[in-house]
Amino acid sequence: MGSKVGAPEKLIVNGKRLDGRKANEMREMEIEVGVIPNADGSSMVTLGGTKVICSVYGPKEVLPRRNLDTEQAFLNCVYGMASFSTSERIRPGPNRRSTEISKVIADALAPAIFMEKYAGMEITVIMEIINANAGTRTAAINAASVALADAGIEMKDLICSIASGKADGTLMLDLFEPEDNFGEVDMPLAILPRTKEITLLQMDGMLTKAESKKLIDMSIKACEEIYELQKKALQKKYATETQQETE
Amino acid sequence: MPMLKPYMTELLAKGKREDGRKSFDYRDIKVETGVIARANGSARVLIGKTEVLVGVKLDVGEPFPDSPESGVLMVNAELLPLASPNFEFGPPSKDSIELSRVIDRGIRECHAIDLDKLCIKPKEKVWMVFVDIYPINDDGNLLDAGALGAIAALKTTLLPKYDEDEEKVLHKELTKTKLPLQKIPILTTFGKLSGNLFVDATMREEKELDARLSIATVEDGTISAMQKGGSGPLTAEEVIELTEKAAELGKKLRKLIPSK
Repeated sequence: MGSKVGAPEKLIVNGKRLDGRKANEMREMEIEVGVIPNADGSSMVTLGGTKVICSVYGPKEVLPRRNLDTEQAFLNCVYGMASFSTSERIRPGPNRRSTEISKVIADALAPAIFMEKYAGMEITVIMEIINANAGTRTAAINAASVALADAGIEMKDLICSIASGKADGTLMLDLFEPEDNFGEVDMPLAILPRTKEITLLQMDGMLTKAESKKLIDMSIKACEEIYELQKKALQKKYATETQQETE
Repeated sequence: MPMLKPYMTELLAKGKREDGRKSFDYRDIKVETGVIARANGSARVLIGKTEVLVGVKLDVGEPFPDSPESGVLMVNAELLPLASPNFEFGPPSKDSIELSRVIDRGIRECHAIDLDKLCIKPKEKVWMVFVDIYPINDDGNLLDAGALGAIAALKTTLLPKYDEDEEKVLHKELTKTKLPLQKIPILTTFGKLSGNLFVDATMREEKELDARLSIATVEDGTISAMQKGGSGPLTAEEVIELTEKAAELGKKLRKLIPSK
């Protein structure tokens, strides 16, 4: 800490974080389902300053054919960042970071899907970050999970995801940009909310065993809140649709 | 859909469309600006169900050798498969390159941005203006939606701070200086189907049309760029008729751009 250029002197002032949150407090999250008419399922998730749009196409034919899996679905997840989503423009198109994130997101989502029901077919999940302020992969997973449900893909459960970490020596939930850039630890996590099984876990930094347990507990608790928001967002779309049908 | 074309032709001959519009009516248009916190300027445009997001980012770079005292304008379109089952991953398609180049010409040729005012140090440092167009949902006429979004985003673009001593851009600090805009070009795209002309084709109409003509006009009706598409021909009379329509419709569309 303190060695990086532009780092704020403190990330915690008078027991509060730079945006006024408590250590275990999540930023405000908004979820909207059905934002892209062309897609089979779609969603938009806002988590503080992070905003992601997601669309799901499928189940459909696997193209190119080399991706075909006769045992289970080919879950094609593509995470990307819009060129204007960061403070300095980034070149559009995939890079090493986005390719890795796409892979771990696919692994995080697959346990929620009845993959064998879609053997020989492709499910495409496209997540585009349109404004980035840390926690983009976890926001993308939350968005993808409700978009899959919106597409009518048969699922065992939703997937809920949040990052936690450590900054200024304090364990905290849902890092925002300065904490992500200048903090010590970042740990994104995703779970199947009903069984609390973990489907995504990454960590970089240094943590003791006790600290990692505390962070995991903190994240799982937040995921339970996210689960409620996801269900509400899905109910909102489908409740209005059924209402219109009966009218 | 082999039956669609005769049906559309029959309607257009009476000046009508399958969605209830007249030949030279646009669908409902909505333009919102300031939608991306990280961008220097941004806009979201809806034309019917077609939705486009445009972000403008500024950076400092070297000018082109043939214009050492002018800023650089780059227009790029990313046709993410997010927006349509017809888009594919991979290198930019012909459609996305045409889309960005037609929109680029509309802005560049009328000198909408006074690029000469974007010079920091001749031959060495100028402002580079990146306009990135991201369709969110393609239901036809991405050209007009993208162009409208681009000019709306440029109109609200603020320059970031430039630290002259350190010679670098402070991307997180915006100044109150707007981009020097001199003109507001508006792109209007027409279709021709079995000899009938109309504006703002939906996806279904785009698939059936024989020819397409995009015309960019500025405030006084002067044309700043044109592009014909599609394999069918157009007559000279048709082109002249459409340039008049373009100026007329351009006036209406220009009013939809928010001033902030």
